[in-house]
Amino acid sequence: MKGLRFALPLALFAALVFFLWRGLSLDPREVPSPLIGKPAPAFALAQLDDAAPTLRRDDMLGKVWVLNVWASWCTACREEHALLLAFSGAGIVPIVGLDYKDTQPEAQAWLARFGNPYTATAFDGDGRVGIDFGVYGVPETFVIDRRGVVRFKQVGPLTPQVLEQRILPLLKELSRG
Amino acid sequence: MIPQLGQAALLLALAVALLAGTVPLAGATLGRPRWMALARPLARLHFALVVAAFGCLAASFVRNDFSVLYVAVNSNSTLPLGYRLAGVWGGHEGSLLLWLTMLAGWMLAVAQFSRQLPEAFVARVLAVMGWISIGFLLFMLLSSNPFERVFPPPPDGNDLNPLLQDPGMVAHPPMLYMGYVGFSVAFAFAVAALLGGTLDAAWARWTRPWTTAAWACLTIGIMLGSLWAYYVLGWGGWWFWDPVENASFMPWLAGTALIHSLAVTEKRGAFKSWTVLLAIVAFSLSLLGTFIVRSGVLSSVHAFATDPKRGLIILVFLAIVIGGSLALYAWRAPTLGLGSRFGVVSRESMLLANNVLLVVAMLSVLLGTLYPLLLDALGQGKLSVGPPYFDTVFVPLMVPAVLLLGLGPLAKWKQAALPELAHRLRWAAVASIAAALIAGAWAGHISAGTTLGLWMAFWIVASIAVDLWQRRGQWQALPRAMVGMLVAHLGVAAFAFGISMVKSYEAERDVKMAPGDTAELAGHVFAFRGVREMQGPNYDALQGLLEVSRGGTLVATLRPEKRIYRVQQTPTTEAAISPGPVRDLYVSLGEPVDQGRAWIVRLYVKPFVDWIWGGCVLMALGGAIAASDRRYRARRRESQAGVIAEAGA
Amino acid sequence: MARRLVAMLLCLAALCAGAAEAPPAAADPALEARMLRIAAELRCLVCQNQTLADSNAALAVDLREQLRTMLRQGRSEAQVLQYMTDRYGDFVRYRPPVQPRTWLLWFGPAVLLAAGLGALSLVLRRRSRLADAAFEPDNDNPAEEGNP
Repeated sequence: MKGLRFALPLALFAALVFFLWRGLSLDPREVPSPLIGKPAPAFALAQLDDAAPTLRRDDMLGKVWVLNVWASWCTACREEHALLLAFSGAGIVPIVGLDYKDTQPEAQAWLARFGNPYTATAFDGDGRVGIDFGVYGVPETFVIDRRGVVRFKQVGPLTPQVLEQRILPLLKELSRG
Repeated sequence: MIPQLGQAALLLALAVALLAGTVPLAGATLGRPRWMALARPLARLHFALVVAAFGCLAASFVRNDFSVLYVAVNSNSTLPLGYRLAGVWGGHEGSLLLWLTMLAGWMLAVAQFSRQLPEAFVARVLAVMGWISIGFLLFMLLSSNPFERVFPPPPDGNDLNPLLQDPGMVAHPPMLYMGYVGFSVAFAFAVAALLGGTLDAAWARWTRPWTTAAWACLTIGIMLGSLWAYYVLGWGGWWFWDPVENASFMPWLAGTALIHSLAVTEKRGAFKSWTVLLAIVAFSLSLLGTFIVRSGVLSSVHAFATDPKRGLIILVFLAIVIGGSLALYAWRAPTLGLGSRFGVVSRESMLLANNVLLVVAMLSVLLGTLYPLLLDALGQGKLSVGPPYFDTVFVPLMVPAVLLLGLGPLAKWKQAALPELAHRLRWAAVASIAAALIAGAWAGHISAGTTLGLWMAFWIVASIAVDLWQRRGQWQALPRAMVGMLVAHLGVAAFAFGISMVKSYEAERDVKMAPGDTAELAGHVFAFRGVREMQGPNYDALQGLLEVSRGGTLVATLRPEKRIYRVQQTPTTEAAISPGPVRDLYVSLGEPVDQGRAWIVRLYVKPFVDWIWGGCVLMALGGAIAASDRRYRARRRESQAGVIAEAGA
Repeated sequence: MARRLVAMLLCLAALCAGAAEAPPAAADPALEARMLRIAAELRCLVCQNQTLADSNAALAVDLREQLRTMLRQGRSEAQVLQYMTDRYGDFVRYRPPVQPRTWLLWFGPAVLLAAGLGALSLVLRRRSRLADAAFEPDNDNPAEEGNP
């Protein structure tokens, strides 16, 4: 039909507006993790507390656990710290800290000053393990299941909403199975 | 006092715009000459009010009035006066006011320079532009008011983003907006014609100078942005296919297609619906660009305000303006006639082929820019689309376009023959390939890529030479439209030449230099003399000194810097450039090493890089010359008859 | 004569004493060039609108070092890119991989071009077959014949 092709630009524009409208509720800067559904990268790191033995990924097999990437130089980490302490205090799952690109004295001082929510803290001085985990915006938090598979990643400080709506239900589900 | 005046001026401007958008439009529909006659005075009043508002904002910056929130966020008392004025458009709210001021300026121009156009047509055009103004005024007054106050006023401001404290950045937005917004005139002409129900070759003749003028401004605006990136960002790049760069390039591509399509419509009265659609699309892309920069929908280094709420308002505005005009197009375009005949092979068909290539290029840039959003919205994950994609897709489209650029001007209107064209251009073809090979060999090495790029430039020059040779004896009498075309096409050749030379033959070295060390690059010897501390008006800097010699004589003294702007504590790297007609020497200071005894220094010799921007200037100059052609200027006798005829329309 | 020679030699010695040919900033310039070429196609995740080659963010510096190490170990460009996408996803590549979800992106322009040229040629041929009555009269001004 002759007249119909003149309406094509309008139709295409309508589709464009729809996608732009959808785009308004998306965040173009957020990078989803390709690790979700895949085994957590293996690591064997010294612990922040020198006396403790090397911490390996495989040590945590059989348990549901949370990995929290932090650093003493990271100001955003302080925002989530109170929440982390409360979460750890509830004793639901072990929280392992990954101290990213830090120095031991400063990290230890930071924990002494603000509190230590971690059952253990691995020391990733050169950041290699962080790269393996795809870390780009400290703090980051991972939920890992009994078989060592990454199930969830949060980039940026934990908020009560994320904890209540995403992490806690996931932990309950993983602990059941 | 002054901010309140500015605020009041904006509110009054809104009232005037509402009048301008309704009364003359009704007058045109109902055939009331007195209502239509209100269009021009209202446009003048609108301009006066908007300029007054702009002046009030500028005055607030000059007076360091930090009770105005926008001034507090974007200025500082130590900021030099020139940059305080530029700060007016340094942030989201002020740049909207600049947009509006440009629109008001173009409305005034239409009101002043349209004596030969029918009254009903002018009334409709100004009404449409009035509606666009209403949209921007509402957007500003409802969500982005530059005159918002803060009490108590802070003691000093936040300072202008250091990256914007630069002459290039001062000139870039005004020129860019003059171009973007200028396409609103072609848009209004198109909508007015669709509303009026008639569109003929005369309409195309009216529209051409306005479109070409806007296009020339946009060319300069984009050129300034690219030039600024080159000399400020410190890594010598000048185009990144960043979403906001693309947002200005797409209207340019559509605008280029439009000025060529208008030639066909003016000559033959043909392809009217296509030309009208392009006019709508070019301005729609300008509006889309406004949306992209301010909504947070795409991640960009340029993004002004990443506020989805504001984004929603702009999106609604877009939907109304563009959706409305496209709906009008769908309704009225089928009634536009076919125009007169022309052959399958002719200058007209080549211009239309050029259109296809430019529009496909524009759509490809649009596709690449929006694809990450498209996939994300469909739940298909996140992707990045960057220079590797755009370079792969865009360049192959430009090669046939350049080929046509050579063929088109020599093809006859109405009916041309390819064998004859080929025959006429055979020496141009041979000469351009030979020149490309010779230039490549002289520059350093020959490859398929270098030869193709250089050929594109030489082909244009050779075909222009053939064209001029054919017209020898008439050179004095060439109309401005033709001269403009030749100059603009030469600009394209210079542009292509600059890009080919820089991309293929640029020389670079990263070296570690202690004072007294030298490094050799492309026949030049760079001698490092050390680094000293210095203070600027609002920054502290470490300034390096390099002396460059060639064949033993000193050719340049370069002072690259690393600055820290005191207020925001932002570090910047200022490259040092020695520009020249055949090469730029470009030096950038890296980090200190060996406990400060030596520095990492990046050295570049960039052949013919300034031809890229010189080419753009030639293109814009060509456009300006073409737009001033005698046949576009007022023909008073015609206009009187036109008024009488239109009064009944 | 001898005095002049000695003076010249002394001058030369003075010139050479401090001045040296600057060494390259990178230990292995060829490797560095390869690394930067790959890094130029990768996105910095911190300053998301710069390439990995240009960014000065700490993570970018670390990742460039990681790329150097991998290239020294003899890994190919494909392996290096796979390493990056395994950790950061396709988002980190500025050249999107060719997959079903990007077919529209990569093949779209070619399809559009074919469609556009095809449509133009169809329209032109259809126009040429129409009778003269379908067209408007030609208001050609011979004085403007050569005009663009």
